[in-house]
Amino acid sequence: MLIPVHQTDAASESSRALFSAHSLTCIRDDRVLFEGLSFNLRPGDLLQIDGANGSGKSSLLRILCGLLWPEEGEVRWSGKDIRDARQEYQADMAYLGHVCGVANELTGLENLAWFARLHSARPGSRPMDLLASVGLAGFEQTPVRRFSAGQRRRLGLARLLLSPARIWILDEPLTSLDVQGVELVRAMLMAHCGKGGLVILSTHQPILIECPRHLQLCLS
Amino acid sequence: MDASLAFFSVLKRDLQIAGRRRAELANPMVFYAIVVSLFPLALGAEPALLARIAPGVIWVGALLSALLSMEGGFRSDYDDGSLEQLLLSPHPLPMLVAAKTWAHWLISGLPMLLATPVLAILMGLPFASTLLLLVSLLLGTPVLSLMGTVGAAFTVGLRRGGVVLSLILLPLYVPVLIFGAGVVSYGVDGLPVTPLLYLMAAILVLSTVLAPFAAAAALRVSVG
Repeated sequence: MLIPVHQTDAASESSRALFSAHSLTCIRDDRVLFEGLSFNLRPGDLLQIDGANGSGKSSLLRILCGLLWPEEGEVRWSGKDIRDARQEYQADMAYLGHVCGVANELTGLENLAWFARLHSARPGSRPMDLLASVGLAGFEQTPVRRFSAGQRRRLGLARLLLSPARIWILDEPLTSLDVQGVELVRAMLMAHCGKGGLVILSTHQPILIECPRHLQLCLS
Repeated sequence: MDASLAFFSVLKRDLQIAGRRRAELANPMVFYAIVVSLFPLALGAEPALLARIAPGVIWVGALLSALLSMEGGFRSDYDDGSLEQLLLSPHPLPMLVAAKTWAHWLISGLPMLLATPVLAILMGLPFASTLLLLVSLLLGTPVLSLMGTVGAAFTVGLRRGGVVLSLILLPLYVPVLIFGAGVVSYGVDGLPVTPLLYLMAAILVLSTVLAPFAAAAALRVSVG
């Protein structure tokens, strides 16, 4: 069941929250995209952000992952402002943006190996197996330049699986994916939330995910 | 997590990517060689004049070539989203930016250095002056890459950042150009060159330490 985020009791939950946003305000090009936005998330929560084009979904996600600074307010991870505990937060966070963050000249395997060194890898995870699990078996040595948009997106998903991060921030993860791809994302999200992970995503497509708490935030 | 491992992985990745873009890899070197070799053609066979202007011409060629290659510095990483991932890495950003800078120098600066002896012969520069020129380029070209990274970081978010980048970088490059070309002229005139070389080394040390921090801060502004 979808729970609108404003119906959760912010005051009583903030003490238990792993991740929280406090009165975030974002202004872009003299336009207020949102103001006074607050929410708390517990382990296993999935927060879905809805809103029309240009309503500030991507800006909100970029604020939540620390790429963009809000005009006002703060984002807290384990009770600490992410700007003060940047290193700790970034080691525990994986972001998949509009563009997947994979280099065109490198192969799928090389891209994953680079991420493993740049961020860190889940112990025991093998890039080869991860590529197979996102449906890219047989493309290990193909430069990403020759990938389709959907295959790039799948490589981005493999990156999430490689990362030991507890919080996933996903900007339109379903873009250019086929039916099996959407199913793959669904299964990944459920498994992640089931293990006590935390997901924040924006999507235009309806996606049914069974998780302990599926929250919805609508930007208008 | 080992930050030096991350440094070398960024360095290796950039070299790997450059190795797969052969045409772009050759660009700065070819540009440098063309600029310098046009002078003997335009000025005619006057060995004394050529040898006199050679250090300046070679330094201007190196500077323009560095400026040209700098524009693409962060562009492809910005377009494919790798730059966001770099910013979100738990490793210190200045360290990762430093790795990108040194990769840039290995790709553009080092080949220029290697081509210089041939171009010096073309310009009729005596052997002793060529050696001085090489030392000044060895100290100066990394500075071009280091300061260039700061400029590139500021302009990466702009679609047509080329002109802005030149405006930002030229004033920073001018001292390096003056000292670099000055070293050889001093040598030819029999004046002591060590003070100038020490000055250049000081600029190199200062920019090695400070430029990655400035570039990292600029990147956070540009990408956000």
